[in-house]
Amino acid sequence: MKLQPQSYLAEHTVRSWLLTHDHKRIGILYLLTIIVFFAIASVAAALMRIELVTPQGDLVTSETYNKLFTIHGVLMVWFFLIPSIPAVLGNFILPMMLGARDVAFPRLNLLSWYIFIAGGVLALWSLIHGGVDTGWTFYTPYSSTYSNSHVISMAAGVFVAGFSSIITGMNFMVTVHKMRAPGLRWFRLPLLVWSLYATSLIMVLATPVLAITLALMSVERVWGVGIFDPKIGGDPVLFQHLFWFYSHPAVYIMILPGMGVVSELITCFSRRRIFGYGYVAAASMAIAVLGFVVWGHHMFVAGQSVYSGMMFSILSYMVSIPSAIKVFNWTATLHKGSISFATPMLYALGFIGLFTIGGLTGLFLAALAVDVHVTDTYFVVAHFHYIMVGGMVMAFMGGLHYWWPKITGRMYPEFAGKLAAMITFIGFNLTFFPQFILGYLGMPRRYHAYPPEFQFFHILSTAGASILGVGYLLPFLYFLWSLKWGRVASGNPWEATGLEWQTPSPPPTHNFEKTPVVTREPYAYDAVTGKEEPQEGLMQQTSAV
Amino acid sequence: MDSATDTVLAEQFDEIEQQHSADTLGMWIFLATEVMFFGGLFAGYAVYRFSFPHVFYAASHHLDVLAGAIDTAVLLCSSLTMAFAVRAVRLGQRWMSILLLGVTAVFGAGFLVIHGFEYHHEWTEHLVPGGSFAFEGADPHRAQMFFWLYFATTGLHSLHVLIGVALMLVLAVLVLLEKITAARFMTVEIAGLYWHFVDVVWVFLFPLYYLAGAR
Repeated sequence: MKLQPQSYLAEHTVRSWLLTHDHKRIGILYLLTIIVFFAIASVAAALMRIELVTPQGDLVTSETYNKLFTIHGVLMVWFFLIPSIPAVLGNFILPMMLGARDVAFPRLNLLSWYIFIAGGVLALWSLIHGGVDTGWTFYTPYSSTYSNSHVISMAAGVFVAGFSSIITGMNFMVTVHKMRAPGLRWFRLPLLVWSLYATSLIMVLATPVLAITLALMSVERVWGVGIFDPKIGGDPVLFQHLFWFYSHPAVYIMILPGMGVVSELITCFSRRRIFGYGYVAAASMAIAVLGFVVWGHHMFVAGQSVYSGMMFSILSYMVSIPSAIKVFNWTATLHKGSISFATPMLYALGFIGLFTIGGLTGLFLAALAVDVHVTDTYFVVAHFHYIMVGGMVMAFMGGLHYWWPKITGRMYPEFAGKLAAMITFIGFNLTFFPQFILGYLGMPRRYHAYPPEFQFFHILSTAGASILGVGYLLPFLYFLWSLKWGRVASGNPWEATGLEWQTPSPPPTHNFEKTPVVTREPYAYDAVTGKEEPQEGLMQQTSAV
Repeated sequence: MDSATDTVLAEQFDEIEQQHSADTLGMWIFLATEVMFFGGLFAGYAVYRFSFPHVFYAASHHLDVLAGAIDTAVLLCSSLTMAFAVRAVRLGQRWMSILLLGVTAVFGAGFLVIHGFEYHHEWTEHLVPGGSFAFEGADPHRAQMFFWLYFATTGLHSLHVLIGVALMLVLAVLVLLEKITAARFMTVEIAGLYWHFVDVVWVFLFPLYYLAGAR
């Protein structure tokens, strides 16, 4: 047997992990970290759902409830969703998809993880010392003047963690520009690369605005006066403008990478080329760019002028165009494909359905008049959970199953995987669909007590959340199980295209023994057999030499 | 490939040109994030200056235009020495590089000293927003906004200058220890990009704050 280069997992010392420059190991460090944050934020969510079983506020006080939804929001947004696909799967897969040995700046990549940890420690410190009750949005003047909780340390945690996503974004952009294998032109890039590039653009250009906004809010809190302070002519709504200038694009940080993963899964498990490659790629960029000009739709009732409201409404509608292009193109890709329902595919199909519901209800919210009715109700909560959990988390789970053999060299148990995907899908819908109805009937968000007529839907939602919990716990258990007892995976268990599958599982430290040469577009599945097409281009090139 | 470039080339890159262009692009992207970082403060300035222009006009008279002009001159000179420093490092002129990096650091420190005196002056004049703020004019409450923005923006800028000065000193020591040689000029080139950026930010701050009230 030919001597294989050592797997990237070969070294076992703690030091070899904590000082690693390997993008694959850093991806795993991120994975372990965000699982912790996901668990804490899930406990907060569970407590809220249990509280909401009865109309009276009997389990926790309203103050505790405020702290619960704040910690849930802050941790899920900044410490789980934003790093989920980019920093975990992106770190692991992106350089391999490009045929590169590593990202452009491996040391900065490791630094980004340490910065992330530092931000997480600050956030946990505020949690342990009593929490924060402002909600994840930190609206002034409550956050800057009136709240008696640990706003500054929590904001500092988010501020610091932001720099880790800036570094990741910068690293990805430079890597995509400068580290592509020979022949890997822009329009031969896998769609995950396009969507991670679009995501990086947002991370790099939007995150610093969040940083300065939180810094200004904190300085105002410490100093006693500030630019959001009406006493000196300041406008608290300016905070909302600056905050959403970041946070709306950040919503696309939390969906674009998911779209990229789904493009990989749909093509592989229907054995077809993507329908309209250029449109799907361009749609990612369009969503990223449009995302910067729609922030005002969070402020339709915040007192902005009706004309800006109209502009923001129209611009928000425009985002639906590239989003719909993606959904239609995935569906068209399935058409006449030989579809197999492996676990990652179940997650991907679930993603398409849930993202469509989330996206369409987004149009309700972008319509000025309807938004006035449903602002700050459970309708909004349901809408963004359909995008973030139904979209991004489903895609993350699908991607994790898909690349698990590459990451660990082991297969997960397929039956358990399918079961978990179904349970997640059912549990998710049962949790969040009733919330659309609740919101439409007028149940406001962020309340721990409510009129008794809403109880039925709240009980449905809590029941769904328990099922959803099982859906997340199950993969956690069988992934751990598979590390030791899972079937050993081959280099390319899905017979997928893509450079990452040309490496052994798990890959060696520098991924490729020889830099691969790319001669064709991605997803070159043969229309008849569904197998990867033979590399005609490569042979031509060899004969030309 | 000669042995000098061989040790410089990081393992993830194939060629030195690829590494250099990646380093440069990375720094430019970082500078884009810095533009957005300062952008929040510029947005705040724009909003409030349009909301109450007369207050900004009146408040601006309380800043020392001469000191601001000297600040500007000092920083522009430092950018010149920085540009020469990059050239000296590329040409392998060790002592010249150390000298120019040192002069750049001195200019930066000089800027901070002048600005420190300005801050002290404004403190004694009760121009720092908060309880002790005193301003003789039509709208003293809103005048605080001008000074709040002034202190926040120039403070953030001075922090950047301070980091730059530290960076120059570290680079000078690295050149002295021959950790940075002509083959590793990129480190200095990239630090230079940062320094020029800090300089350019000031070029915007000077007219926005010091000259807003000029006739």
